[in-house]
Amino acid sequence: MTDQTPEAPIVRIRDLHKRYGDLDVLRGVSLDVTRGEVVVIIGPSGTGKSTLLRCINQLTRPDSGRVWLDGVEVTAPECNLNEVRAEVGMVFQDFNLFNHLTAIKNVAIGPIRVLHMDRAQALELARYELERVGLAGKADAYPGQLSGGQKQRVAIARALAMKPKVMLFDEPTSALDPELIGEVLEVMKKLAQEHMTMLVVTHEMGFAREVANRIVFMEGGNIVEEGPPAQLFYAAQHPRTAEFLGKIADLYGDEQGSSG
Amino acid sequence: MIPNLVEFWEMIWPNLGRGLIVTLKLSAGALLIGLLIGLPTSLLRVYGTRGMRAAATAFVDIIRGTPQLVQLFFIYYGLADAGLNAILVNLGFPNGFLVLEPMVAAYVALGVNSGAYQAEYFRGAIQAVGSGQLTAARALGMTRLQAILHIVLPQALRLAVAPWSNEAAYMVKYTSVVSLIAVSDLFGEARRIMSRHYNQMLMLPLVGLVYLAIVLLITWLMQHVEKRVAIPGVEVEAQRA
Repeated sequence: MTDQTPEAPIVRIRDLHKRYGDLDVLRGVSLDVTRGEVVVIIGPSGTGKSTLLRCINQLTRPDSGRVWLDGVEVTAPECNLNEVRAEVGMVFQDFNLFNHLTAIKNVAIGPIRVLHMDRAQALELARYELERVGLAGKADAYPGQLSGGQKQRVAIARALAMKPKVMLFDEPTSALDPELIGEVLEVMKKLAQEHMTMLVVTHEMGFAREVANRIVFMEGGNIVEEGPPAQLFYAAQHPRTAEFLGKIADLYGDEQGSSG
Repeated sequence: MIPNLVEFWEMIWPNLGRGLIVTLKLSAGALLIGLLIGLPTSLLRVYGTRGMRAAATAFVDIIRGTPQLVQLFFIYYGLADAGLNAILVNLGFPNGFLVLEPMVAAYVALGVNSGAYQAEYFRGAIQAVGSGQLTAARALGMTRLQAILHIVLPQALRLAVAPWSNEAAYMVKYTSVVSLIAVSDLFGEARRIMSRHYNQMLMLPLVGLVYLAIVLLITWLMQHVEKRVAIPGVEVEAQRA
């Protein structure tokens, strides 16, 4: 990790627009993320949070607007997207593990196929990454033999093995049974403590409050408000922010403070 | 009666055996041709551009929508048409370019036909793998081709084993149509014996049993293959007819 310009944002997003048919998903979103920052994006469903994440590694091409990753414009037509994606880790709601590969091979296949790493070296790296997410003992298990929480931790290890500059989490705990959410959030918390740059779309407000450096509240394809957790949770500037957080608090009750 | 039967069996066995080998060769060859046609066709149908998808779909629909016997006769008799041959000669092709040997016509007709069906089996299998894993592979930085080769196909081919074993079993039986273009396959040899000895009530059940034995053998073999390639923790839904 280079640190000659700690001030320069590692992710810079300018005026992003995306529409699907009649639906304006993103309406001019701009956002900077600095190295080592944990940004949690919250907001109602269908407000473009996932689309925003997918525009960073260009799994979704925006209609207009520009995105830079570590100074390289990924929205430029000549940009090699495979190289960009190799530097951005992504964790999906549905895990999307490769079902025909054991946990360790799920983690090793990226370094082998994309980084052309030596096979033995890649497996060693994969073992290390599995250990980091607490799954050293499950190296030879197939995804079908793992619980949801374990699958998601393998998916995190798979992303980490690429030594990404940024990690994108797209609702990583939304598909999990409640009792399995904690183990995934625990791993994410550890990553944050190791100063991994993270963009996290989640409804886990406990995690947001505890781990985020900044919370971004999105609605209707726009960023309505952003700021440190204390500001959004206790001194929201925008009535919609307060309303949304109030609804979430009603839904999850007092456990919000303790979960995650 | 019994000695007669043994004598008769000894007499017809060499011919039936030869026919059986033709049937097996034809089945294996047509399945292989079908695989070589079907797999790329399925990939074009799922991942191709709009034009490729349309072409692949048209091919599959035409072949699956017309009788196999019509296809066989078209390739054997239709392509041998004198007018067509004259045109081809004018274009610089050798005389009789599309006048095919019965065995060649049989391979082509059965292989192309099987290709269309196999394309559908593979397409179903590819789609069953789902797009999420493809997206995850692309997110790692794999090219589309890498993601298809290393992530989608290894799973799709496993899922295709069950329907493919059906195709293999069908193929062995379907090959019997080639006796109509004078190929001496198992059924062709049986027909020749029947025309000489008028013993349909013996020969038809007999060849039927031989086909049945082959089909059962294939089914049994493919069940083993299926078990061998199964992914632990993934229930592969057997799609047997």
